[in-house]
Amino acid sequence: MQPLVKNNILKEKIIGLSRENREDIIGYDTPDITKIREQALSKFVDLGFPDQSVEEWRNTNLDNALSYDYNLAFHPVKKITNIESIFKCNVPHLNTLLLPLLNGWHVFMGEALKTLEDGTIVGSFAHAIKKYPEIIGRHFSKYSGAGKNGLEALNTAIAQDGIFIYVPEGVEVKSPIQIVNIIRPESNIFVQARNLIILGKNSKLTLVHCDDSYNLLPGFSNTVTEVFIGENAKLNHNKLQNINNDSTIINSTYFHQKSNSKLLYNAISLNGGLIRNNTYVKLNGEGCETNILGLYLMDKTQHIDNYTYIDHVKPNCNSKKLFKGILDEKATGVFNGHVHVRRDAQNTNAVQKNQNILLTDTAKIDTKPFLEIYADDVKCSHGATVGQLNTEALFYIRSRGIEERNAELLLMYAFAAEVINHISIDALRDRIDDMVKKRLRGELSVCDQCVLHCSSQEQPVQFDIDMSLLKTNN
Amino acid sequence: MLSIKNLKVSINEKEILKGLSLEVNAGEIHAIMGPNGTGKSTLASIIAGRDIFNVDSGEVIYKGKNLLEMAPEVRACDGIFLGFQYPVEIPGVSITNFLRTAMNEQRKYRGLEPITAKEFFAKMEEKKKLVEIHSKLTNRSVNEGFSGGEKKKNEIFQMAMLEPELAILDETDSGLDIDALKIVAKGVNSLRTENNAFIVITHYQRLLDYIVPDFVHVLYEGKIVKTGGKELAFELEEKGYEWLKN
Repeated sequence: MQPLVKNNILKEKIIGLSRENREDIIGYDTPDITKIREQALSKFVDLGFPDQSVEEWRNTNLDNALSYDYNLAFHPVKKITNIESIFKCNVPHLNTLLLPLLNGWHVFMGEALKTLEDGTIVGSFAHAIKKYPEIIGRHFSKYSGAGKNGLEALNTAIAQDGIFIYVPEGVEVKSPIQIVNIIRPESNIFVQARNLIILGKNSKLTLVHCDDSYNLLPGFSNTVTEVFIGENAKLNHNKLQNINNDSTIINSTYFHQKSNSKLLYNAISLNGGLIRNNTYVKLNGEGCETNILGLYLMDKTQHIDNYTYIDHVKPNCNSKKLFKGILDEKATGVFNGHVHVRRDAQNTNAVQKNQNILLTDTAKIDTKPFLEIYADDVKCSHGATVGQLNTEALFYIRSRGIEERNAELLLMYAFAAEVINHISIDALRDRIDDMVKKRLRGELSVCDQCVLHCSSQEQPVQFDIDMSLLKTNN
Repeated sequence: MLSIKNLKVSINEKEILKGLSLEVNAGEIHAIMGPNGTGKSTLASIIAGRDIFNVDSGEVIYKGKNLLEMAPEVRACDGIFLGFQYPVEIPGVSITNFLRTAMNEQRKYRGLEPITAKEFFAKMEEKKKLVEIHSKLTNRSVNEGFSGGEKKKNEIFQMAMLEPELAILDETDSGLDIDALKIVAKGVNSLRTENNAFIVITHYQRLLDYIVPDFVHVLYEGKIVKTGGKELAFELEEKGYEWLKN
C-alpha cells in the first residue's frame, strides 16, 4: 500500500476522530480520568507527533510510519474467527496465563476481569476503570503523567483498553502471565493500548509480553504501560518483539519502584519496520535493584531505537543496563541511555553498556550513553562499542575446521547469548535461543501467528553446527 | 607430506619470507628456531591459511595439493592444525561445544557421521588427562580469562582431540614453566605416529629436551640458513644466533 497522507494530516484526522468518538472513549471513565484525558489531548494537540527537532527523537524519523491513512480502533473487533489459533502460544512447556490483546482490546471469554485463586486480578483495563476506580485512580497516569511526548499523550487521551494486572500484597504469582499484543489490521490501523500493572508489597510476578502483527498490512502500535512495583516486590518482565516490516511499534513503559524492590527487564527485538522502546525507571525508594537488558537483531531497512531513562531518586540503589545489537544490510539503530542520579541518591551504583556489531558498511548505529550526576558518593560507568566481527577470532575458529559462515554465526550467537542467558524462564529462553539462531541465519522474518510460532514443537531449529552446548557454565 | 619451495611472502609490501624451502615427511618432527622477527610465525600462519599476507612467489604443496588455494577450514579438515602463539579469546562459546562442532565439521568433510555424545565425552576425558587440564575448564568460554599456561595447554588439548596429520606449534613453549612444558611435550610425544608430522617453532633449546626433533632448521632473515640434527639446537644455545651471521 502506498503512503497516502502527511503526518500533520494524520494528526488532524486523529484529533477529529477523538472528538467524534468522545462518548466511546470516556465511556468507562471516572470524572478524574476524563480530566486527565482532556489534558493529555491538549498536550497532543500542542506537541503533535515527535519529530527530529526534538533531541530524544533526533535519529528516529517517523514520517514514513505516519504517512499511511490509518484508522483507529474505537471498538473491539466484533467477530473474531480462529481466536484460539491466533493467540495460541506453542512454546513447549511454557505454561502461562494468557491475556490476549487484539488491536488494543483485551479479548476474553466469559469475564472481562478474573480474580485468580491467590487474589490476583487480571483482565481488561477498560473494565477495571469501572470496577476498581479507586485502584485505577491511585495509579493511572501517576507515573507517566500526560506522557513525555505527543505519542504518549495521545495514548493517555484516547486509549480505551489494555491489560490490567493487580497482584495483592504478599502474593507470589505461581505461573507467568503472558500478554500477547497483536495487531490485525483489516485496513491500516493505528492502535493504542494502555496497560497498568500493579505489584503490591512483597509480591512477585513473572511477565511475558509479546508484540506481534498478524498479517502484512501496515500497523502502528502505540502502547503505554505503567508498572508499579511495591516495597520489596519482584518483577521479572520479558518483552518480545517480532512484527512485520511495514509495522511500527512505539512502546513506552514506566516502571515505578518502591524500596527494596527488584526489576529484571529483558527486551528482545527480532523484527519490525520501526521499533521505539521508551523505558523509564524511577527508583523511588532505597535499596532498589534494576536490571535492564536489550537485544536487537535488525536487517533490511529496519530501524530500532531504545531510549532508556533511569532516575535514581533515593540512595543505595543499583541499576544495570546492557543493550546488545547486531545490524545487517541497511538496518539502523539508536541507543539513548540516560542515567540521572539526583542529589539525595548517595551510594548509587549504575552501570550502562551498549555493544553493537555492524555486519555491513550500510548498517548504522547512533549510540549515546549519558550520565547526569548530582550526588557525590556514587559509582557510575558507561560505555559503548561499535565494531565488526573479530577477524582474529574468525580465523581461529576456521583454523579448527569450521566454515566461515558458521564461524560468523558462532560469534554472533555468542554475542547475543549474554542477554538471552538472563531470561529466567527455561522454556522461554530455549525458544528465544532458537529464534535468535533462526534470525541470525536469516530464516525468521515475521511469524504468521503468535510471536513465538517460530518453529513447531516437533521440529526444533537445527543449526548446521550443533550449538546445544554453547552456553557456558562459569 | 608438506613441500615448500622458494616461498616469498610479504605484508604491506614488506618482504618477510624471502625464498624459504622446507620438506616435511610423515613421521618427522621438525624444529624451527631463529631470532625474533625472522618470519617464524608468518610461516606458521601461511600454512594455516591466515589471509593477511601476500604470497609473492613459490609454492606450498600438501599431500599433493596446492595448499595456498585452500580455505583455512578446508586445510583443518584435511589434517592441518596450528597451535597459536597467542590463542584468541571467544567469549560465550564453551570449549566443549567448540570442539564438538569442529570435530563434527571435520568428520563431515571426511564423509563420516557425527561423533556421538558418548564417544565425544569419553574422548574428552581421555585427552584431558593427557594434558592435565581441569574438568571445569572445558565448560568455560574458549580461552576467556585463562592464564598463559592454560591457553597453551588448551591448544595442545585441542590438537589431541582433533588428531591432525600435520601440526604446527607456534612458540607453544614461550611463557610456560617447566611443568607445563613437560605436559606440552607429553602431549606431542603421545600423539606422534609414523603417519603424522610436527613443526615445532621455538626460541629455546629447552623444549627440544622433551620433544626430540629429527631436524632443526634455523630461520634467519626470511630463509632457512642452516639445517641439522638435534645437536644444532645445542650449538645455537651455546653460540647464539650471532654465530650464523658469519
